[in-house]
Amino acid sequence: MLKIKNLHAKAEDLKILKGINLEINPGEIHAIMGPNGSGKSTLSSVIAGKEEYEVTRGEIFFEGEELTELDAEERAHKGIFLSFQYPVEIPGVTVTNFMRTVINANRKAKGLKDMPANEMLKKIREKSELLEIDRKFLSRSLNEGFSGGEKKRNEIFQMAMLEPKLAILDETDSGLDIDALRIVANGVNKLRRPDNATLVITHYQRLLDYIIPDFVHVMLDGKIVKSGGKELAYELEEKGYDWIKEEVGA
Amino acid sequence: MELKDKLLSSFLAFEENVDVNTDLHDIRSQAIKDFEVMGFPTKKQEAWKYTSLNKVLKHDYTVFPKKEDTIDYRDVEKYFIDDIDTYKIVFIDGIYASHLSATTHEKIDACLMSSALNSSKYKPIIDNYFNTVAPKESLTSLNTAFSREGAFINIPKNTLAEKPIQVINFSTGNESALLVQPRNLIVVGENSQVQIIERHQSLTDHPVLTNSVTEIYADKRAIVDYYKIQNDNHSASLIDNTFIEQHRESVCSVHTFSFGGNLTRNNLNFYQKGERIDSTLKGITIIGGKQHVDHNTLVHHIEPNCESHQDYKGVFAESSTGVFNGKIIVNKEAQKTNAFQANNNILLDDKATINSKPQLEIFADDVKCSHGCTIGQLDDEALFYLRSRGIPMKEASALLMYAFANNVLESVKIPELKARITKIIALKLGVSVGYSI
Repeated sequence: MLKIKNLHAKAEDLKILKGINLEINPGEIHAIMGPNGSGKSTLSSVIAGKEEYEVTRGEIFFEGEELTELDAEERAHKGIFLSFQYPVEIPGVTVTNFMRTVINANRKAKGLKDMPANEMLKKIREKSELLEIDRKFLSRSLNEGFSGGEKKRNEIFQMAMLEPKLAILDETDSGLDIDALRIVANGVNKLRRPDNATLVITHYQRLLDYIIPDFVHVMLDGKIVKSGGKELAYELEEKGYDWIKEEVGA
Repeated sequence: MELKDKLLSSFLAFEENVDVNTDLHDIRSQAIKDFEVMGFPTKKQEAWKYTSLNKVLKHDYTVFPKKEDTIDYRDVEKYFIDDIDTYKIVFIDGIYASHLSATTHEKIDACLMSSALNSSKYKPIIDNYFNTVAPKESLTSLNTAFSREGAFINIPKNTLAEKPIQVINFSTGNESALLVQPRNLIVVGENSQVQIIERHQSLTDHPVLTNSVTEIYADKRAIVDYYKIQNDNHSASLIDNTFIEQHRESVCSVHTFSFGGNLTRNNLNFYQKGERIDSTLKGITIIGGKQHVDHNTLVHHIEPNCESHQDYKGVFAESSTGVFNGKIIVNKEAQKTNAFQANNNILLDDKATINSKPQLEIFADDVKCSHGCTIGQLDDEALFYLRSRGIPMKEASALLMYAFANNVLESVKIPELKARITKIIALKLGVSVGYSI
């Protein structure tokens, strides 16, 4: 589904990604772990098409198509979703109306007409229940005055509405208490299907107790230096990152 | 002939058609003398530093248009807010259009200035309030000199105007360039309440210059909400002079929505003559091309324990220019004043300009005054967020601009008007953000 080959990227003059290789197949959950500043969030932004970063070398294939020249919205239309670490506040636009705008923008890109209002409401109701979202929440302005937990839950709600092929969860666990974490993880697990995939970016192993990865990758200084199964996450939790630094001679 | 000279000689012609043996005409005669001395404002004057009238004054304007009666309701329907019941005072080229209007004398007066000026019934009101709120400035004096028509709204004390009042000035400029000078007087009695929607709309591409003066007198505990829709053709220029005198515990707001027009200058003055007064001045400006919108506001805090709230948002595309000049004066006696002012702007293109200038003159020592001005671009992170959800660049920008301007819309009390403004904004931005947001 996603195939990243020797990806290099920079922001202004700062080289951040220094040769990433990663392959994700349908049905898989991958986790990328690493200390602050290792380039984890940059990688998720580059996959989603943030213009601030310039890809200087390498390629990103999504279902066989090279992505680096595509706009962020075009990548979204192809089924890539990024759950933001810091979702943006949009005053005056309710969660419901935002969702309607988003769903219809994606339908339009596929040559489809707007989703009928009753169908939209049914879908919103169904997906909000999945994330235990209160109806009042849906008529609030998007992310405005939301708590950290509400923001993240809202991100996964959007993911549920859009049903992407590849979901990238960037530090979704940061700022979550244990109940919110459980709800968010539960939502992600219920959305899992044989034909979609998830990439979890996280600093801590905690989230991976709830969303169990098939593969864990360790990122250091813009490169994936070690890959393994879920047990690698426990090892990192226990021993920290220093032993890997020594192992790879970084 | 220069416009000034033409106007001075036109005054002599004007005098042949009005009763010159009245108190009113003494006021007019004095006003034309004042205008003769002051002339049109120039960029040398501090308050006009960023707005030049030179180009606008070059046209050979007709000062006395002929009555235009070929316009049918269907031609202009779209300029009305018609999904609610309202009173309507409508003018075409400055002349009253009875077939488009719905005036009243029941409980309140929502009618014509010409009838108020010429009727003995209204003489006490005219004597007490006409030309008492407006300051003696050149453009106001020019308007006063030729004052004869406009909206007259009189709300007696303890009265709620049950329907909003629409004041619409259409212009055709059928005789090429046209100068119109509406003169409105609004007197709101003690404990009374009124909502007014005002619009200037040109129906042709001929140059039109409107020099409008509106005086509003809000008595004790009166509540006045005034909404200005400025979405005119690019051949039309507007100088709007609105002056509000407030008395004890009155609450007045003016919202100005500036989307259209060639050159628009808003002179908006609030005078607080009593305690515990609340004044609100808000505006949204969204312009492009070579459009120019200038907000020149004054809030004069004269007595203690009053508040004023100013919030102006501007989005400027292409080579459009904006000006915000917000003056707050707090007299020595006006202790415990709370005066807030915010002016936030987004420049979408390199050639777009905004000149933002707060002026605070505070003579009292126990006051809270704040002012803030920002000039920026759309937030890249927010744009990326929306685009990563599949919303294309253009719609994403529009959504952010809508969100940026939104809190100004929140205080609009007429839902149908709010919906209309949202629709105009959506059209202006070229997207469909309108539905029930």
